Amino acid sequence: MHYFIGNLGHFFVILSWVTACFSFFLYLKAALTKDLSKSGEWIVNGRVGFIVHSMAVAGVIASLFFIIYNHYFEYHYAYSHSSKHLPVYYMVSCFWEGQEGSFLLWMFWQAILGLILIRTQKEWEGPLMSVFALVQAFLASMILGVKIPLLDINLGSSPFILLREAIQDPVFLTNPEFIPADGNGLNPLLQNYWMVIHPPTLFLGFAATLVPFSFCIAGLYYRKYTDWVRPALPWSLFAGAVLGIGILMGGYWAYETLSFGGYWNWDPVENAVYVPWLVLIGAIHTMLLFRSRKRGLRISVILVLSTFLLILYSTFLTRSGILGDASVHSFTDLGLSGQLLVYLLVFTIGSKLLTWSRWKEIPATGKELETWTVEFWVFAGAATLCLMGFQVLIPTSFPVINKITGWFGAQTTLAPPADQIGFYSKLQLWFAVVVALISGLAQFFWWNKPDKKNILYTLLVAALASVLVVNAKEVYDLKFAVLLFAGFFIIFSNLLVLKKLFTKNPSLSGGAITHVGVGLMLIGIMFSSGYSRVVSLNNTGMLISKSASTEFNRDNLLLFVNEPRTMAGYQIEYLGERILSNDRNIYLKKHEVRLSGDPFKVIASRAIIREKQLVYQAGDTIPINPENTYYEITLSRDGKMEARLFPRVQMNPSMGMLSSPDITRGYSKDLYTHVSASISADPNNEVEWNQPTQETMKIGQQFFVNDYVAVLESVKPVSSIAGYNLEQGDVAAMATIRIQAEHEDYLAEPVFLIKNADGNANVGLIPDEINDLGVRLTLNNIRPREEQFDIGITTRQKDWVIIKAMEKPLINILWLGTGLLAIGFIMAMVKRFRSSEI
Amino acid sequence: MKKSHLLALIAIAAAVGIIISTTGDASSYVDFQTASVMAKEGNLKSIHIVGELKKDPSGQVLGLEKSADNLSFSFLLIDEQGNEQKVIHQEPLPPDFLRSEKIVIIGHYVSDIFLAEKILLKCPSKYQDNTLKNT
Repeated sequence: MHYFIGNLGHFFVILSWVTACFSFFLYLKAALTKDLSKSGEWIVNGRVGFIVHSMAVAGVIASLFFIIYNHYFEYHYAYSHSSKHLPVYYMVSCFWEGQEGSFLLWMFWQAILGLILIRTQKEWEGPLMSVFALVQAFLASMILGVKIPLLDINLGSSPFILLREAIQDPVFLTNPEFIPADGNGLNPLLQNYWMVIHPPTLFLGFAATLVPFSFCIAGLYYRKYTDWVRPALPWSLFAGAVLGIGILMGGYWAYETLSFGGYWNWDPVENAVYVPWLVLIGAIHTMLLFRSRKRGLRISVILVLSTFLLILYSTFLTRSGILGDASVHSFTDLGLSGQLLVYLLVFTIGSKLLTWSRWKEIPATGKELETWTVEFWVFAGAATLCLMGFQVLIPTSFPVINKITGWFGAQTTLAPPADQIGFYSKLQLWFAVVVALISGLAQFFWWNKPDKKNILYTLLVAALASVLVVNAKEVYDLKFAVLLFAGFFIIFSNLLVLKKLFTKNPSLSGGAITHVGVGLMLIGIMFSSGYSRVVSLNNTGMLISKSASTEFNRDNLLLFVNEPRTMAGYQIEYLGERILSNDRNIYLKKHEVRLSGDPFKVIASRAIIREKQLVYQAGDTIPINPENTYYEITLSRDGKMEARLFPRVQMNPSMGMLSSPDITRGYSKDLYTHVSASISADPNNEVEWNQPTQETMKIGQQFFVNDYVAVLESVKPVSSIAGYNLEQGDVAAMATIRIQAEHEDYLAEPVFLIKNADGNANVGLIPDEINDLGVRLTLNNIRPREEQFDIGITTRQKDWVIIKAMEKPLINILWLGTGLLAIGFIMAMVKRFRSSEI
Repeated sequence: MKKSHLLALIAIAAAVGIIISTTGDASSYVDFQTASVMAKEGNLKSIHIVGELKKDPSGQVLGLEKSADNLSFSFLLIDEQGNEQKVIHQEPLPPDFLRSEKIVIIGHYVSDIFLAEKILLKCPSKYQDNTLKNT
């Protein structure tokens, strides 16, 4: 038992909470004092508090990582989220699999942002950092793990609790010092490189929304109503960029890893970050408007405050367990709902009160809003973005609405829509159209006096481009054609802007590039989702399974090993199950390796050759991941092989069969293939083997196994067998049997082994199984006098796999747009950071 | 009227429209009785039902049947009103199914059997999970 590190970690947690509170009070004091000389002292002390707090947060993270890295499974966190075989780069992911770790990550980013602000924003430090410190205190309280003595309330859930404190297992009664040999491991879906960087990016985005929020609060508090926008704007752009990139990374991860066939599922968890992001985008635009036209201050205040409050609200939704009946993601409820609610309410009510008390003083122009001005279009765009978010927010909040109506005795039973994708896409598509059109139009007003001729000209070009694409790509659906037009319009109007800026002032072109990216994304989404098409149609005329749904029988293709079928103009053929070697990334055929005692290692049973190179020698130990099986599938056209696919299935003891696609990428479309079922995918159902038969034969004789022609080529004494220890006195003979399959010859090498041939001899048979062909051969007996050999033959049903394949047209346009969006955001951010320093 | 007021008015009208259309399209949490009545009236909209698996006193799950090829299964669910109903789900059995303490099914009746298109499992939370798996 390693008590010290856990106690140290818990000490750091408590220290981080205490210092956050300390720093909050001192910074607040500094902000409240009118006396400048006094406030300077308070600020210095508050600063020290925040710096110590940041170090404590680093200490918590280091302690927790130490526990995970050293496999201290006496700690609940390590036991639940890690295991001995987890590579170090995935150990980081353990942090965000658990709730406590993700709170930590959030605190970590905020501590770093706080330190940056302390260095750069001396003028605002008091109120700015008191908001920061208060948020940090709330977050630290979530992982505090302290029982309040008299009230019997648990405050927070510590990541440093011991396993025996978390789990009541009888083993702890007899042996309190019991330590499990291995942990539960990391959710296999998180064992993906995108999952190493996606959550930190998202949490950095969360943390970044606090910066403009704090500036706004500070501005309201100091009555510097117009000054806060300048330093807050680049940080808003930073938050918008990071949050946007984080969301899209999540989408890309879903596309690559989950097999639902898309990148966005409108799950409450996704919605919970999408809504604040939309509002943040609205806020960025009104702030930009204020910087250039001195208009839109009040709306900026509302949107900036709302963004952060929505982040808090979504944290409450996803972590309090309230979505339990509404989301496919299962959240473990840590019993923090009360604390989370207090956190949400304190900031909501606090910022509302401050805004109300200052509202009248916030300067507003009071001038009439003209239709043909940039102000009008920016307001209209921001309003549309908010409504767009609102439409998603309402159904996502149904569980909350049901709870609240329940308190008032008028229980509602609203449930999220059964078909989420259809439900949201229906309206979001039109919102996207309106946003794109408004944004495209606003460009003409932003940069110069509106020229109606120019607008008409751009509309015409966009219409022309749409008509061409509609005909070329057969977009015969009005809503998709309209979306296409809106996409083209925003692209062309921004290209015009770019053309002008490029010669005069290229550093200003970030916004236009972002908008072009948005247009490309809309077009990419329209094609890849609207025209996604199942290509693995069951064309055999036979049902795959009577018990499966009609949809399943229609959209899936049953492939037997080495029996080609046609699919989407391809010859598709399944070649067998493969194992991926972790050290060399080579797909191994199952008969090429033998199991070792350790499930994470196999032994090469023969020389493994790829592309005429010897990769592994017989007897080499090869590291593998036992949960993963890959299914080798080839696609060929006109006899020429075009792609080799390896869709993956992970068999996880607690999550079952997890299927990940293999994506064949093309310029115009992706082919997305995943395994729906296979002969071996259910470990509870052992594959059935037929009764063994035996044939007696001479060297060179041909025989049939599972419909394949086989020939006994030789039987030779051997002095070593891969994966076995031959001892002195052991005698072994290995038969070599060549089986002629469709694509290649397989060599089966069963061994006849006499242990201790000199004394009490024992006979052992080492069978050789050719998994691809469903054949297991043994050398049962050697008859030296007749020069004959008994070969045992066991066969099973040939390997099969059921696959589903989809075409995703023009998905690359979506990724291209995503890239431009990110670049544009970063350019705009750099520009604004520079101009805010001046 | 000022244009800014007009804009605000349009936004409010749109928001109200969204609320109405959203609640109109929403599914709802009901019990088996209501669901059966709905189906008899020809309303095959997918609805949510929350319930628990039928278990004998020793905690063994009763009435779970898997198809021969494991591509579908059926089970008995007792909703929050105590109604018992056979439910079919045309997907392989999720591994955590038997451990779940609460199940949400989304689907509708087909004659006297409930066809669940989607299943959400609510598994015991961190502090209630009393067993060690890898020992």
